Amino acid sequence: MSFFTKQGGSSSSKATGTANPRQVPWVEKYRPQSLDDVSSQDHAVEVLKRTVLCSNLPHMLFYGPPGTGKTSTILALANQLFGPDLAKSRVLELNASDERGISIVREKIKNFARAAVSNPTAAQRAKYPCPPYKLIILDEADSMTQDAQSALRRTMETYSRITRFCLICNYVTRIIDPLASRCSKFRFKPLETGNAFVRLQEICKAEGVRYEDGVIESVLLAADGDLRKAITLLQSAAKLHGSTADDEIVKEDNVMEVDDEASKTVTVRSIEEISGRVPDSVINSLVQAAIPTPRISENFSTLQKAVENVILDGWSAMQLVLQIHDTLVFSDDFDGRAKNMIVAAISETDKRLLDGSDEHITVLDLLVKVSGILRKSN
Amino acid sequence: MSLWVDKHRPKSLDALSYHSDLSTRLSSLASSGDFPHLLVYGPSGAGKKTRIVATLKELYGPGVNKIKIDSRVFVTPSNRKLEFNVVSSVYHMEITPSDMGNNDRIIIQELLKEVAQTQQIDLSARQRFKVVVINEADFLTRDAQAALRRTMEKYSPNLRLILLANSTSNIIAPIRSRTLLVRVAAPTHEDIAKILSSVAKKEKVSLPSSLADRIAVESGRNLRRALLTLESLYSQNDLLSPDTPIPTPDWEIVVSSIADDLIKEHSAPALLKIRAKFYDLLSHCIPANAILKTLLFRLLPKVDAELQSEVVYWAAFYEHRIHTGSKVIFHLEAFSAKFMRIFEM
Repeated sequence: MSFFTKQGGSSSSKATGTANPRQVPWVEKYRPQSLDDVSSQDHAVEVLKRTVLCSNLPHMLFYGPPGTGKTSTILALANQLFGPDLAKSRVLELNASDERGISIVREKIKNFARAAVSNPTAAQRAKYPCPPYKLIILDEADSMTQDAQSALRRTMETYSRITRFCLICNYVTRIIDPLASRCSKFRFKPLETGNAFVRLQEICKAEGVRYEDGVIESVLLAADGDLRKAITLLQSAAKLHGSTADDEIVKEDNVMEVDDEASKTVTVRSIEEISGRVPDSVINSLVQAAIPTPRISENFSTLQKAVENVILDGWSAMQLVLQIHDTLVFSDDFDGRAKNMIVAAISETDKRLLDGSDEHITVLDLLVKVSGILRKSN
Repeated sequence: MSLWVDKHRPKSLDALSYHSDLSTRLSSLASSGDFPHLLVYGPSGAGKKTRIVATLKELYGPGVNKIKIDSRVFVTPSNRKLEFNVVSSVYHMEITPSDMGNNDRIIIQELLKEVAQTQQIDLSARQRFKVVVINEADFLTRDAQAALRRTMEKYSPNLRLILLANSTSNIIAPIRSRTLLVRVAAPTHEDIAKILSSVAKKEKVSLPSSLADRIAVESGRNLRRALLTLESLYSQNDLLSPDTPIPTPDWEIVVSSIADDLIKEHSAPALLKIRAKFYDLLSHCIPANAILKTLLFRLLPKVDAELQSEVVYWAAFYEHRIHTGSKVIFHLEAFSAKFMRIFEM
């Protein structure tokens, strides 16, 4: 018997390796296949669609915060222009994070740009526009060195007859001006909650994730306009609770286990825990401790105690500062002047944390400053 | 004979005594067949490593406990040779790339790619992927973290990473969004006291509960420190009674004396004396930020309420300077001088 079970085990493990849908990150699985699928970014998508129709493409520069669909859009566009087979020979995707530097630009990019355009077969031509140029996608272009960028300048012009470039970056200011002026720019806005909400709901439905009310809202809150982060979070949460579709099939056989059912539902609490977001109660207790009372010494010792507890609980100081900022700045209890000073103190704290200062002292310092500011303004 | 800390370290997830919901979550992850990249963070002595080792055991079985240490040699682009120690078992590998300072990027690129490109050799292994545990991930340079970013996506079929860090502040956002964050909070005083008495029972030592509570408070919610304290108390005293004094480490005594000096006398000669003490501490390899932090928390109870906020302000200011500057002694001295001045005013 054990012999058979072992056989079964090894074969199933092989199957998981090759084609288990669960192994694919949902981010990849639900990447839009055509421009129509791209959620929001109406402006950019509209312009790009028109270029697909007339098959002429300018050099492009996509910029915007992470997770707004820049890479997805260009991949979808390439897919629509060339189709999956032809795309292999027509599209070069370079990731700046592992291959950068001037030698790559000189060799790899130039060689690809220089190469003759491959001929599409009749079948491909019937299905896709197949325009007579190649596409080079430079992802994370803002982490390319200045030298590498300036080496691109001439290359972009010389081979513009047969090659189009698409630069993708987070910060448009890090792209040197000569390159930026050669491209038509597309700004990608952070996703509006409405569109992202619909997208997440679709994914949940397709994956059969069970979730309690408010989960999607809290995922979006934690992701802050970054759809990739939102989807990753959702997947981690679903994995953690084991609440995906194929478990459900097993479930239908024994409807008895109600407790188990409950544990397989994604909860708001777990989303908060996974995203590293500090619960509002913790933040509120810190802010309460910082609000000045008439007795200074008592005030200070409660503050000190509160900070010590929060730090020992392992919350990340960066996240704490971010959420303290949100709580204080959007609160109606303080006047503009006090808020100004608080923001200045927060920016100083942020810099210090980034430089690697001790979290305990830095957070304590911030709250003591906030307390002082509030005392003065009252 | 090993230390009690190691001897009584829990070996499996169900033997862990506190944060039981975290343990169940980890074990459900380990048994689900798929495993995400993890970023485990929390203060030191909270049990991050213990949890990870237990999770690995849950993933692969007892094979992970057979470890060996290899010394590997890497060559930088500028032809410098680097020696690097790797702790590994058949299934996993444990590295501390921050040992290499600015060259950690090369380790990350070379070593991880090498691991990722080879498949699991042992066909009877329970998981197809291998796990690489990266210690002190918050000390990785930006370059190394950027290199990690692509590797994590590209080689995800063969490789899972577990990053261990004290805080997520220094980890770049792209990595944070690719990993499952696991927070390990420090154990509470009650948790520590309970563990201390259970260890004492196993070692057949009589430990009064009031002493256990005191050790727990003294340790600052650091379990490792609490256990070490207990062991040293046991070896120094024949019999543990409720009022056995808990020795403070030598360097903390020196820091306390510096705090006393600072309160007592405010003059240039006094500063000179304090300077000698600082040098003494630094030459014994006590990190400067630890000195400043301890000094701050020794000073705070001794000064008036109005001054406290100012002391905290300057402590934070000079602590930041320590990290951005190059000579730590300057900033420690500057803090002392500043303190004398604001205390006088």
